[in-house]
This record gives sequence, C-alpha cells and structure tokens, in this order.
Amino acid sequence: MDLIELRDVHKIYRLGLIDVPVLKGVSLTVAAGEFVSLMGTSGSGKSTLMNILGCLDRPSRGEYRLEGREISGLNPGQRARLRNRTIGFVFQSFNLLARTSALDNVMIPLEYCREPVADHEKKRRAAEQLAKVGLEDRLDHQPSQLSGGQQQRVAVARALVNRPRLLLADEPTGNLDSSTSRELLQMFTRLNQDEGITIVIVTHDPDVARTAGRIVTIKDGLIEAIAASPGRAGEAA
Amino acid sequence: MRLYVTLKTAFRALRRNVMRTVLTTLGIIIGVASVITMMEIGKGASLAIQKTMTSIGANTLVVLPGAASAFGVNFGAGSVVTLSPKDAAAIALECPGVRSVAPIVRARAQVVYGNRNWVPTYIYGTTPSFLTVRDWEELDRGAVFSEHDVRNANKVCLVGQTIVRELFGGLSPLGQEVRIRNVAFKIVGVLKKKGANLMGLDQDDILLAPWTTIKYRVVGTSLGGGNQSATNTANSGEVNSLNQIYPNLQQNLYPVASDTELADSPQPIRFTSVDQILTAAASSEEIPAAIAQITGLLRERHRLKAKEANDFNVRDMTEITKAMSSTTELITRLLLYVAMISLAVGGVGIMNIMLVSVTERTREIGLRMAVGAEQKDILRQFLTEAVVLCLLGGVMGIVIGRGSSYVVSKVLHWPTASSVEAIVASVAVSATVGVVFGFYPAWKASRLDPIEALRYE
Ligand SMILES: Nc1ncnc2c1ncn2[C@@H]1O[C@H](COP(=O)(O)OP(=O)(O)O)[C@@H](O)[C@H]1O
Ligand SMILES: [Mg+2]
Repeated sequence: MDLIELRDVHKIYRLGLIDVPVLKGVSLTVAAGEFVSLMGTSGSGKSTLMNILGCLDRPSRGEYRLEGREISGLNPGQRARLRNRTIGFVFQSFNLLARTSALDNVMIPLEYCREPVADHEKKRRAAEQLAKVGLEDRLDHQPSQLSGGQQQRVAVARALVNRPRLLLADEPTGNLDSSTSRELLQMFTRLNQDEGITIVIVTHDPDVARTAGRIVTIKDGLIEAIAASPGRAGEAA
Repeated sequence: MRLYVTLKTAFRALRRNVMRTVLTTLGIIIGVASVITMMEIGKGASLAIQKTMTSIGANTLVVLPGAASAFGVNFGAGSVVTLSPKDAAAIALECPGVRSVAPIVRARAQVVYGNRNWVPTYIYGTTPSFLTVRDWEELDRGAVFSEHDVRNANKVCLVGQTIVRELFGGLSPLGQEVRIRNVAFKIVGVLKKKGANLMGLDQDDILLAPWTTIKYRVVGTSLGGGNQSATNTANSGEVNSLNQIYPNLQQNLYPVASDTELADSPQPIRFTSVDQILTAAASSEEIPAAIAQITGLLRERHRLKAKEANDFNVRDMTEITKAMSSTTELITRLLLYVAMISLAVGGVGIMNIMLVSVTERTREIGLRMAVGAEQKDILRQFLTEAVVLCLLGGVMGIVIGRGSSYVVSKVLHWPTASSVEAIVASVAVSATVGVVFGFYPAWKASRLDPIEALRYE
C-alpha cells in the first residue's frame, strides 16, 4: 500500500492582494519502506511540499492521503497526533533545546503522547534511540557540548523515539561537512533498510541524492522528473 | 499524571535560565513580601487600636432602667426601678456575647478625710468585675475588694487618682478611712490613672465600693435617677445631731422613725434594685449579638408580654465603635491598595519576561508543535511556567515578609501580628497573578504557526 499519496496538490500563499502559487499541481506516491530524495533549486517549493507531507501545513487544493487517510479533513488535534505518532522530523538547523541534555531532548516527543508513558520507560526509550545513532555515551551532554554531526544524530534519535513510519528530513546535511554528511546518510540508509522506515529527504547534493532509491526533482512547483537513483539502480541490476 | 509532566517540563524550562527566573520572580517576591509585612504591621496596629478603644470603653454596653411616664410626662431613662442585681448575674451567666458584667448603684455624696472633703463625680457601688468591664484591672496600689466584701457589705473602697490628690495630697491612702455620709470606708486599693473620658469627664474622680455597702449603708434606697447632691436642702425641721455636723443628703418622704421604732419594726426591702448594669461585649463585632441576648433575657426575666415595651434600655457606644471600625477598615483598605499595586507591578514584570521568553523560545515552540504538541499543550506549558514562577515568588515573598515583619517588631518595636489570611491570600493572589499575566504570553505562544516558528531566527 502507498504510504503517501499526493494528487494534484496546490499551495498558494497569499501576500496582501497577490496570490503566490508555490506548488502548482504535484502528484506523487511514496510506497511504505521507500527512500525518496527531493531535489530542486532554492525556492522551487521543496520545503513547502515537506511541510504538507509532515502535516504542518495543508494544501490549498488537491488531495493528500497518509496511510490511506485523507489529511485535509483532520482537525488540528488529530494532525498533531499524527505528527507525534506517525511522522519524524529532522531539520537543517537541528532545533535542539539549548541547556538541555541529549536524553531530555530526545524525550520531548514522548511528552505529547496521548497515552502517558512512565518516566523510566521514557528514559529507556530515549537512551535506546541514542544508542542506535551511536551516542550511548553522550546521554547527558548538552547541545553546546556536541559536534554538529552529533547534534543532528540527537535530532534523528528524537525523530525516531516514537517509532514513526515516516521520516522527513529537510536538508539534514545542510549544516554539516561532507564526511559527517556521509555518516548521517549511511545512518538513514540503515534505518530504511533495517527498520523499514519510509524516508523522504530534501537535498541539493547529487551525491546525497544517490543514496536514495528514487530521486524526485521539483522545479517551479511542479515535479519535473522522477528517476530511480543511479546508485540504487546499479545495486538492483 | 498529565499535571506532573507539565510541572516537570515547566521546572526544566525555568531551570534552563536560572538568572532570568530569579529576576522575574523578584517582582512577585517583593510584592508578596511587602504585602505580608504590611498586613502583619497593619494587623498589629489595628489590634493595638482595638485594645486602646476597649480601654476607653468601646465595647461597653450600659443597661439602664426604663423611663416612667405618667399623664404624658416622661421622666427620662432610669426613672423607674426595674433592674436588680439578679439581672446582672443572669446576664453574666446566660449571654455568651458578654464578656463581663457589673451592677452599679450610684451615689452622690461628700467624701470626708480628716479636715478635707470632696464630692467625687462618681461614687459607684459595684462588684469587682467593674474593673474587668472597664479594662482597668491593674491597680496602682493595693488590691480590689472581693466578692466576699460584696456579700457582706463590707465597708471597703477603691479610690481614683483625683481623690488621692484632693483628699490625701498625693500621699498613699492605703489603709486610711474616709467617711461617706458618716459611714467609714477603708481604702484597700488605688486605681491607675485613666484621664478624662470622651465627654471630658474626669474618670479618675471615682470611688468604688461594694454595691451592697453603698446600697444598704449609704443610699438606703435607690436614687431612682434623681441625683441627690450636696446642694439638696436637708429636712430643716429634722432634729438629728449628725445633721448639724454633716449636711443630710437624704430626702425623707415619710416621717422619720426614731431609732427605737426602727428597731421594733424593721422595714423589709421589697425590691433590691440597681441603677444600671454595666456590661462589656466580648468583642466589637459581637456588640449587636450581645444587645440582642441581653434584651431577650431581660424581657423574659421581667415577664414582659410580646406587645409590651421594654422596661429597660441597652445603650452602646455607637460613636466610639463606629470610629474604631472605620479606623481599622481604613487601615485594611489602605493595605489592600498597596498590596494590589505591588502585586500588579510584579504581575506586569512576569508578563514582560514571559513575552520575552516566548519570543526567545519561538523555535522551541515550533519544534514542540512539530513533534505533536497541540495549541492547548503549549498554552498549558507556558501558563504553568508563569504560575510556578509566581508561586515560587509567593513562597519566597512569604518567607522574606515574615522575616522582615519579625525584624520590624524586634528592632522598631512596632506591634505586629502574624496573619494567616495574608499568607493564604498572597499565595492565592500570586497564583492568580500568574494565570492572569501569564495568559497573554501563553496564548500568544500557542497561536504561533509551527512552520514560521521553526524558521524563526
Ligand atoms: N509563508 C510564505 N508566504 C509567502 N511565500 C512563501 C512562504 N513560504 C514560502 N514562500 C515562497 O514559496 C517559495 C518556495 O519556498 P520553499 O518551499 O521554502 O523553497 P525551497 O525549495 O527552497 O525549500 C519561495 O519563493 C518562497 O518565497
Ligand atoms: Mg527549503
């Protein structure tokens, strides 16, 4: 079954009296377990699309089904719940809380679980996720005491702590150097392959894009091309 | 569970910026501390005022006999004889709103000591509880006469400072004897100086003796309101050896019986009356209750039917009580204003910092929304932070306030009184301030758009 199903999605921003169309009819399906890379020039509407995929924003027109469910009909509470349970976010700027330990940062999504989680269970799950991203010995470190790559890995652990099916990453390597970027992408590949998490990642870097199974290129709010990744294609062949 | 999580999150957020937390709460701390200090000083002051007022007789209720009227002529309060010492005893026993009761038999007579004489403003026959009613228990010298003296009509008395000055020239009168209408009274105690009352009458110009002694040995019958002063003309035709030495103050309506006649047929006293009953209400608030209780009791004791008018009057010191309650009310109101202003200032401080905090934490809010926080979660979190801040400030303020009121009472010797209401009120008020002034920033935070919040620099 398709996890994500976009049909003719439009997004129009209204600036005063002028309508600014950003997405002009995007149709895309992403199957469960896929690794998709979104590419495109700056200002082409990638982030806008990601926000819609992440239920932070709603399309002005068109349909968006997540897990077969139409999103535009949901109320804000239901969408918040969906973000909490089904979707994990990784941002370009890591968005970790300053002066807060890695463990506490990772525990944030658990605070908003509708079914309460006991304190020790929260700690256990957060520590487990941090171990998974290789930070088991950095639990008590604050963001200022971590390198950029480590901070982004804490952010990944935070995104995964509620075991979402979908991981959305908007330029996650934008603030990292190339070798740390590579490590992070390897981690994404591993998560995708070992745990079957569906990943959609926005990037400018063709090398990064090659890690993905499929590359979707956006230009001026329209999908320009959908291609199987050369890297993966080679693997498959 | 939910509350616990929210509280923990709030504490974690506050701990992240300790300095700001402390500075923010400073407004509330100072506010609450000043409220507590003021309240305690104010309460001490109003207790002191109340005590002073009590000592000038603010809580005093006077029960007077009713007015007689005949053929349209009213003879004024006290012109009939209706009150008995038993009424006084019954009031003491059965009226819970009354602290103390003393019957009073008045006399106006010359007091003689050696070659000096003086007519005191007050010669009161009463019981020892008179001093309790008047808040005058502490004596300058000697001791109060006892209930035993009252029962036996012993010839003992207490004198006020004016009498000491006029008759004894300031020397100690203890143990000396003065004569009132030829009855010798031994002075057992001297009252402390009290000064003039509100009407300008000298309260120290007083002689107190057991009412039985005054009644049976000095006055003989009730004065019935009509004062017989030394200016009364004596029965001129009467031949009495003592009358030639001392003016006879008694008005004899009937032919005077000779000593032999008196001894042969003693006149039974039909009704022992007193001129007034002095009572003290337990507190100024209980004055109306005490009046109602006394009225009910006396009507019952005097067997008055429902339609019959009271044959007595209960007077209270309305003017003084009014002055007292308006003074304490003024103090309380003044403090309330000060309290409200300082807490409002503290509240504005909290709001200010919370607004700054919301702006500063825009990204955090965006992130929390992205990982599943709803608007109401954000609202609750910031509101909780504000309330926790205010409560922390409140607790600190209580500690500091109590401390400084202690210092004030120790160093400046101002009267203070601990006030539980002030503590309860300031906790309640600081929580309210937290909610009221925390609401707008919290509401602002909850209305943030997560996408813009995440992008905020
Ligand atoms: N809130 C907004 N209001 C108006 N225009 C917006 C808003 N957000 C994005 N845009 C416009 O939409 C276009 C696409 O933005 P975005 O999706 O962020 O591009 P990118 O592909 O670089 O992530 C840009 O031209 C931007 O100016
Ligand atoms: Mg972008």
